[in-house]
Amino acid sequence: MNSSVVITVSFLYLGLLFAIAHYVDSRAGVRRVLSRNPYIYTLSIAVYCTSWTFYGSVGRAATTGLDFLPIYLGPTLVFVLWPFIWIKIIRICKQNRITSIADFVSSRYGKRASIGGLVTIIAVIGTMPYISLQLKSIATSFRILITSPGGGRVPEIPVEPIFFMDTTLIVAITLAVFAALFGTRHIDASEHHEGLVAAIAFESVVKLVAFLTVGIFATYGIFGGFTDLFQRASVDPQLRELFTVSNGTGYSSWITMTLLSMAAIICLPRQFYITAVENAEESYMRKATWLFPAYLLVINLFVLPIALGGRLAFSSTEVDADMFVLTLPLYYDHGTISLIAFIGGLSAATSMVIVASIALATMVCNDLVMPLLLRSRWFQNRQAEDLTGLLIAIRRTSILFILILGYGYYRFASESYSLVTIGLVSFAAAAQFAPAIIGGIFWQGATFRGAICGLGAGFVVWLYTLFLPSLAQSGWLPDAFISEGPFGLEWLKPYALFGLDGFDRLTHALFWSMLANIGGYWVISLLTQPTAIERIQAKLFVDVFRLTEGNTDSGYWRGSVTVGELQQLVGRFVGVRRVEQAFEEFATDNNVTLRKGQSVDSSLLEYAERLLAGAIGSATARVLIGSIVKGEIVSLDEVYRILDETSQVIEYSHTLEQKSAQLQAATEQLQMANNRLKELDSLKDDFLSMVSHELRTPLTSLRAFGEILQDNPDVSQQERQQFLNVIVTESDRLTRLIDQLLDLAKMEAGRMDWSLSDVNVNAAVEDGVQALIGLVREKNIDFYLDIPRFLPTVQADRDQLIQVIINLVSNAIKFCDPYNGKIWLKVRDEGDELIITVEDNGLGVPAPLKEKIFERFHQSAAIGGSKPQGSGLGLAICRQIVTFFGGRIWAENMSAGGARFVFTLPVEARGSSALAGD
Amino acid sequence: MSYTALVVEDEPNIVLSLQFIMRQLGFTVRVASDGEQALKAIDEFVPDIVLLDIMLPKRDGFQVCEIIRNNPSCQRLKIIMLSAKSREADRDKAIALGADEFMTKPFSTRTLGDLVKKLTGLPEKAGG
Repeated sequence: MNSSVVITVSFLYLGLLFAIAHYVDSRAGVRRVLSRNPYIYTLSIAVYCTSWTFYGSVGRAATTGLDFLPIYLGPTLVFVLWPFIWIKIIRICKQNRITSIADFVSSRYGKRASIGGLVTIIAVIGTMPYISLQLKSIATSFRILITSPGGGRVPEIPVEPIFFMDTTLIVAITLAVFAALFGTRHIDASEHHEGLVAAIAFESVVKLVAFLTVGIFATYGIFGGFTDLFQRASVDPQLRELFTVSNGTGYSSWITMTLLSMAAIICLPRQFYITAVENAEESYMRKATWLFPAYLLVINLFVLPIALGGRLAFSSTEVDADMFVLTLPLYYDHGTISLIAFIGGLSAATSMVIVASIALATMVCNDLVMPLLLRSRWFQNRQAEDLTGLLIAIRRTSILFILILGYGYYRFASESYSLVTIGLVSFAAAAQFAPAIIGGIFWQGATFRGAICGLGAGFVVWLYTLFLPSLAQSGWLPDAFISEGPFGLEWLKPYALFGLDGFDRLTHALFWSMLANIGGYWVISLLTQPTAIERIQAKLFVDVFRLTEGNTDSGYWRGSVTVGELQQLVGRFVGVRRVEQAFEEFATDNNVTLRKGQSVDSSLLEYAERLLAGAIGSATARVLIGSIVKGEIVSLDEVYRILDETSQVIEYSHTLEQKSAQLQAATEQLQMANNRLKELDSLKDDFLSMVSHELRTPLTSLRAFGEILQDNPDVSQQERQQFLNVIVTESDRLTRLIDQLLDLAKMEAGRMDWSLSDVNVNAAVEDGVQALIGLVREKNIDFYLDIPRFLPTVQADRDQLIQVIINLVSNAIKFCDPYNGKIWLKVRDEGDELIITVEDNGLGVPAPLKEKIFERFHQSAAIGGSKPQGSGLGLAICRQIVTFFGGRIWAENMSAGGARFVFTLPVEARGSSALAGD
Repeated sequence: MSYTALVVEDEPNIVLSLQFIMRQLGFTVRVASDGEQALKAIDEFVPDIVLLDIMLPKRDGFQVCEIIRNNPSCQRLKIIMLSAKSREADRDKAIALGADEFMTKPFSTRTLGDLVKKLTGLPEKAGG
């Protein structure tokens, strides 16, 4: 057939569509008639039947028989048995001014932009194969039509390129331009597009008529009616199989496809859009419940006859069964019927592409681009501009982008597949929305996190088990990915995940993806708590009937925003004129007058939010309205509902309790820290005051006697000698005190210069005793020394070790019995340590002071209450020294009375580590 | 009749110096080395002046001062408190408890002498 004729007819057809849409939109009267028409509505739902139905069903029937049917069985079941699901969804959409399936899901789960974005991404990727299917069918049918020899010769699909260009690309761009012009003429997405709906309904009529024409031609024109056709076919056992239900795995794939199509009729973005968003009256659904299944029945009447006719006609040669609808009339040289078939296929494809791309573009714009844009600085700098132009541009770009994606998938993956196989990949993607949607309208406990986990998990499994393998089979991924699994991991084979074998690919993918999806959705929902807004939305969705059967929602906004401000805000997105109109309508409907400076009441705010939601989606609208309404959104209803949810209140108060307990604990800790600081501070003060006291005492004597000697030159020689002696001993005392103070300070700060070496303990003890032997004799004390002859050397500072001995022995001298003093110094070798004890026969150490005496400046009264000589630093220094050597020091009382001071010196441990340090 | 002084101090060398100074001024000097001894001494004989250390065994100087001041027979008695603690708080406490003067160690023997003379009304060149 002449290509220019085909092209002209095609464009005339598209022009006709445009004219219908324009005519309907521009005539208010016509619009009213059409928008109040359940038949138009039902026909528009028939957008379900795409070139998949038109060409693919025949192809499927011609190869696997009745397998083409379940795809229509599912929708029929949904419409006939469960129309209330649709009614509920429609009611919710109207109440919330939902614009798309993404909007629906994000609105249900707390108006979060993130989940809307995820749904959008899944929808766009999931629809790619479906759009590629339409492009493929248009391009293939076009090529066959213009190159077919006709006249009983078998038509072949010519090889690309024709016209030196890629026909499919041209088709894609043409459709993109058409859809962009068609679907985005004005912005308010939930305002019904009567023109669009009318055009789609018209297309449904065209494809039905065209398919019936071909069917009647095949059945009665070529053959002698049904009986003749089936009789001829039943002669061939291969063909007879086609019209009997296949056995074996056939059943599982039947069930899979039925379930899948049940989900798809609700969850495909375009079906959701046409059925729920574009619905004008709920009651139309009642008509659609039987009319739409009837349409499906009629359009499927001739599938088997055409398939059998094709098989009979082309029994000797290989012809693509997907194109029987076109090639059969061509073969029998019926140009007009061929052209009608082509136009029918074109209408089936264009209706799908137009509605799908508009629905997707709305989602991309409202749920992906706008939420990001609203946050960007670029946008914030354009506060005052009219943004309707921007919105339209975003949607048009999205449409082009979506079609290019579809084309890309076609080029990469779908050339080698049949139409139905491609379509089923898309169905499986759309089915991922089913749990979130169906669960969302029946189960209040479903949470945002559950929904996003389920969706995400299901989508990932879908990608892995269907989408990626489809790329692999076309050679874009290595074949081994399918046959051996990624990286040779058998259990990860995408068609036999975790070794699950024996199902067909679709059933396998659906099983795993739904397991992940529903499992994630259910489990995470049970584990997580919904936020307040999620609870409210859940109630609004699940109880939509109960909430809407009564009076209108008594939602109530608090805040201060004027009519003028609100009008300006909404105008930027919806268009200034349109908003003025809408506000005027609102005023007349509610019998009020609106002045610009007047503050807005609750009903007008809600009205404005719905207006905005229509243009930019409910999540975004809420953010925007929230941004201008000062103060949080408080509706009486919300408050009641939140209060109803006592569990949340309890949880909240529980959290508060926890918080206050934490605060209390923190306060206690702070108090403790503060007390400790105070203690340390007073300890420091005490120490300084003690140091001051200890220094001043010898200084007092020094100064006093210095002055006395100065002022009294005539004192006796004896007195002078006595006074000078005092000056010398007090000077010594002062020096010793200062030395000890410095030593102690250095030891405590870790800056002491220790000169460690292997010390002979016998010699050190003897040196220490030697220093005090004079004092011992002077006081007539019995001194007993008990030291083994051979002692191991210890790693220590010799002078400091002697200092310890001296301090302990001089304490013993001070505190032993004043009249019959006895002191024992003993050393015992315990192998790994030496134990050195100094004992006296004094009164002993009072039990509560056993530890305190090792503190700085603790001084015990000597026998008889007289003040002991010494700085009060001796034992503190001993402890520092012994501890440094790695030993311990403590005091105890002997059973026979008297004090015993014990310290230990490690023999080996200290030695080896010191050696290592050298 | 000569004046009597009680020196209450536990540091033997300081006692020695105070004894010498007071004798030079013409006092008969008695010595107590802790708080209890001091109170016992005062019970026996009320001196004209007490040189009282604060940090003492058994009873500290503050307690001793307070008891003396509550004793009706000791109204004329003068008290000079001597302390190696230099805190203002101690000075204030001493004065509040009835001490006449407060001196910080180390003190000047000359200032001490002047103070003693001033408090007891001793003539410039008393004794020998």
